[in-house]
Amino acid sequence: MTDTGYVQALYLACGVLLLTAVVILWRRELAVIIRVFALQGAALAALAAITAAHQGSAELWAVAAGIAALRAGVLPWLLRRALVESGQAARETQPLVNVAASLLAAAALTMLAYAVSQPLVALAPSPATQAVPVGVAVVLIGLFVLVTRRRALSQLVGFLLMDNGITTVAFLTTEGVGLIVEVGVWLDVLLVVLVLQILTTRMRAAFGGTDLDDLRGLRDT
Amino acid sequence: MTELLITAPIALPVVAAAVYAAVGWRRTTAWVSAGSAALVLAAAITLALDTMRGGPGEAVGGLLRVDALSAFMLIVIGAVGLLAAVATPDYLRGEMLTGAASMRTATRHSVLVQLFLAAMALAVLAANLGVLWVAIEATTVVTAFLVGQRRTRAAVEAAWKYVVICSAGIALALLGVILLNYAAAHTAGHPGLDLALLALSAADLDPDVTRMATALLLVGFGTKAGLVPLHAWLPDAHGQAPAPVSALMSGVLLSVAFYAILRVKLIADAALGTGFARALLVAMALASLLLAASLLLAQRDYKRMLAYSSIEHMGLVALGAAIGSRLALAAVLLHVLGHGLAKAVLFLGAGRMLQVTGTSSIAGVRGLAAHQPVLSGCVGFGVLALIGLPPFSLFASELGIARAGFASSLGWATAAAFLLVLIIAAALVGHTSRMLLGGPAVDGPGAATSPRPLPVSMGAALIGGLLGAAVLGVTAGPLAELLSHATSILTGSTP
Repeated sequence: MTDTGYVQALYLACGVLLLTAVVILWRRELAVIIRVFALQGAALAALAAITAAHQGSAELWAVAAGIAALRAGVLPWLLRRALVESGQAARETQPLVNVAASLLAAAALTMLAYAVSQPLVALAPSPATQAVPVGVAVVLIGLFVLVTRRRALSQLVGFLLMDNGITTVAFLTTEGVGLIVEVGVWLDVLLVVLVLQILTTRMRAAFGGTDLDDLRGLRDT
Repeated sequence: MTELLITAPIALPVVAAAVYAAVGWRRTTAWVSAGSAALVLAAAITLALDTMRGGPGEAVGGLLRVDALSAFMLIVIGAVGLLAAVATPDYLRGEMLTGAASMRTATRHSVLVQLFLAAMALAVLAANLGVLWVAIEATTVVTAFLVGQRRTRAAVEAAWKYVVICSAGIALALLGVILLNYAAAHTAGHPGLDLALLALSAADLDPDVTRMATALLLVGFGTKAGLVPLHAWLPDAHGQAPAPVSALMSGVLLSVAFYAILRVKLIADAALGTGFARALLVAMALASLLLAASLLLAQRDYKRMLAYSSIEHMGLVALGAAIGSRLALAAVLLHVLGHGLAKAVLFLGAGRMLQVTGTSSIAGVRGLAAHQPVLSGCVGFGVLALIGLPPFSLFASELGIARAGFASSLGWATAAAFLLVLIIAAALVGHTSRMLLGGPAVDGPGAATSPRPLPVSMGAALIGGLLGAAVLGVTAGPLAELLSHATSILTGSTP
């Protein structure tokens, strides 16, 4: 791959990553959110594949294939299954923050990400590290989704957004953290999602719904 | 040192888990978990002796490493794990009597608890910060269903909060790991994520990136250690989990997460000077103590009371780590072991109280000493141990932290912290004495209880834990040398 081709492909993948994060924040239908999340997983796999082609590393190609299978395949499939099982109005009904304010917050978080990422870019300026703020922005947007959404499934998507952002930062800074750690992280993420999926089923059995407003039983007063 | 011995603390519980998965929990296998915990403790002691004689050892191609500090943490895991395992069969039988658990629940409980022990052993043996992270995240995964075991509304709610808050917090730590890896890739030594190599070449790390990484790692691992700001899961999870699991989570899991903070601090101090990590830790410590004090004063649930007391003790441990002198760090390690034993006894006792009285409300239990003398004695002495009265070891370790604090530049923080500790002690004693000695409640659910004597093996676990904490307070004995070696690692004087 030529150098300009590499840089353009890299920035295209990063653009898709950030855009999908914002779309997830914007849309309310959970089915759409899950589809966009799968697209983001594909963009992340593409990012890994671009890095692999640039470095000519077989290990990175394997990592890219793993990311594609997990983040564009298995995780969206699990989310979709959880959504079908819940069988109710598949919308985030009452988020704590409305759409307009959420989008403004996304803009603010992206600027914040650029501000705090300055030392990361300064350590080793290169086309890849220039894009690190995108990963940080996706982490922050994920955290925002996690704390402002009330549906259990939306919180799960927020957690996975954070995780996608962290993986992005890993690829843009150091081409990943080594195969053993990488696989361990995948396993943990997959298991967390499985655990949360089973818990949503149990919550529905116990509460009749997965609106987290019902989670007010445990308090100190 | 043999490869086999280092992998044993991880492999033994995995084998025990496989036994439970294959055969199920029954009369004949009820004691397998206690056997596995005892063997982990034995392996930990052997490893401690080996590291003191022959220095650190490695296994599995350098992925696992044992030094005096990890050996000490393994002893904590083994000791508290043994207490919890000895009390478990009686606890499970009690749950089955009331119909709160079935044989299947007991089997699943035993499998998950063994995997939990294995994950904690992996965390303290990991030579690589990434593997350490994976192990700590794995503890969240295996304990999630243990917290939600009773499947009541409250238990499922606690499990959900636990997984969501801990996973999000620990995700921040993963970002920290990645940034540290990035900083390490741009040094001459290319240490990767190997903890020992990172500490050696820490001076070359880029300070700005390392500062971000340290902040993320402290807050992230601090989540699992129950430190403010991301502590909200702890009272719910420790309050709802079955008693032996609460004992393990409160007694060891918090300290295993804190062990990760200690390792990170070692690297951060070498790269940035002691100021940065110290400021963060002092802030987290004081905020945790303040939170615990304010919520303990009017606490109405005795399991939550114990959970907030864990936040208090992790705050004290964080303060000791912030002070950072030899005395403070030795006291921190002793405190971890003493708190583990005392808190395990108290959570096991609280679980028994819940089974006997049927309520976890402080107001619902009155005059327990009259019909449950042994249980009340253990809980009473446990609380005295917890507030740091002699002869229990928490007295010695709190004294150590206080002396080191006043000798350092953190005198003001130490004074504030111990004022809060005093308030917490008063609250704990007040609540407990009303439960154990107060006049009988009129119609409360705890008033009319049939005199069910304390089962022998559970009594043995409670009294054994208290004796251990008391002996440790009088003399650290052979542990003193191990503590001294581990403290040398933490002060950076031996790699």
